[in-house]
Amino acid sequence: MNFDFSYFLSLFAQLIPYVPITLLMAVVSMVLAIVLGMVLTSFELTKVTPLRWFARFYISLFRGMPTLVQLFIIYYGLPQIFPVFRGIPALVAAIVGLGFKQSSYLAEIFRAAIGSVDDGQIEAGQSLNIKRSKLFFHVVLPQATVNALPATGNTFVSLIKETSLAFALGLTELFADGKMLAGDSFKYFETYLAVGVIYWIIIIIYTWLQSILENALQKPYRRVAHVVDQSEKPVREHRTETSFETN
Amino acid sequence: MIKVKNLSVNIGQKPVLKQINLEVEEGTVTAFVGPSGSGKTTLLRTLNLLQEPSEGSVEVNGSVAEAGHISKQVIAQVRQNSAMVFQQFNLFKNKTALENVAAPLILNGQLPKAAARQRAQEVLEQVGLGQVAHQYPVTLSGGQQQRVSIARAIAVRPKVILLDEPTSALDPELVESVLQTIAALAREHITMVLVTHEMEFARQIADQAVFIEDGEILDQGPAKELLSGDQPGRISTFVNSLEKVEIEK
Repeated sequence: MNFDFSYFLSLFAQLIPYVPITLLMAVVSMVLAIVLGMVLTSFELTKVTPLRWFARFYISLFRGMPTLVQLFIIYYGLPQIFPVFRGIPALVAAIVGLGFKQSSYLAEIFRAAIGSVDDGQIEAGQSLNIKRSKLFFHVVLPQATVNALPATGNTFVSLIKETSLAFALGLTELFADGKMLAGDSFKYFETYLAVGVIYWIIIIIYTWLQSILENALQKPYRRVAHVVDQSEKPVREHRTETSFETN
Repeated sequence: MIKVKNLSVNIGQKPVLKQINLEVEEGTVTAFVGPSGSGKTTLLRTLNLLQEPSEGSVEVNGSVAEAGHISKQVIAQVRQNSAMVFQQFNLFKNKTALENVAAPLILNGQLPKAAARQRAQEVLEQVGLGQVAHQYPVTLSGGQQQRVSIARAIAVRPKVILLDEPTSALDPELVESVLQTIAALAREHITMVLVTHEMEFARQIADQAVFIEDGEILDQGPAKELLSGDQPGRISTFVNSLEKVEIEK
């Protein structure tokens, strides 16, 4: 086996400076995707038919095309049709492309999360004359957020990895730097393995942070030691003799 | 207090309630009894306008909801006067018992936050749950959850409390604590309308019983007499069928 371990280790010092650009792309794209995803979800849940149709069309379009094709359309295609997009930085194109793409997935995740909050709670709130908007923000949204968190986290994990596609727009991020280092040294296995390990470590750290957040947010929904007070001692055998007389 | 006139409710094409006329006096307890699917819950939900009437009108403490003319304002007025307790409790799962009870007071602007929380604590103590005020619904037993739900309803000081089979979803040994809580409210002469299959309980605490079958009121009158099982007609067959279940081996 011809594995150059010392070269493998030395690569980390050269690759790590490109981690911030990768993270910047992932985080900003995710913020954009969350905002767009929420807008699309509100369109999907509205009674205004054209908005619902628009949301469905958007989701279908962005889920249906490969990410790389979308990035090329934005970076190379749009400036041809709309000159105003000429000179758009590759970083911006990548962020917009990835954000638009992931928003279509997030819209579906958010819609399902809202739908999973049982209607009984809304009905109880309405019966107590609480406005629907207040119920949404105080009851539905906190629960939907918890429901959406695991799937949203998965989307972010995918997004971190998909930032590597930005190399195709000429952007030097983690993967692009690895590609150049591999080309220089011809040590492809060591280089791409080091790149892969860095992505893996980023995702391990993120997954750990997410599990802390999930734990904190799931506190209200976690069953702990069951408390039964004295008034709930079994009374089944006495039921027929129990008196409820009111006067 | 409550006046229902010529009320009909259709769900889709299906008539669920047909020409219901009913009056509930202030400070009394009324029990809706009848077989499953007879329309009892629909009638109760219509009293809170969770179900819209197709014909006729519902009046709760002077607020009249006339079929076909129900504005948001009317719905708000009716709901200000009535509070509902559900079979499945329907507590807000992201809020503690105390927050559940305080939520309508705060979100409707009825009380400032601190005063609402104080009122919520008092009401939870009234139903015997002061010690679980800071627990989330998932950590409470079914009986405790239902009592929190009753506390949430009484905290807003409604003119009438509507209870939809409040014990049906509970294990048998947890039923009594809920029934005792409801009986305590009846002793305070809080107006209540409840749907129940607990005949003995209804006989003891209700002033009026209403027997509903196939969307129609077949009988109504003093609960003690009507639910005694000695009355002529369909109601006695129903009452006796609940109390004398014999299974042949």
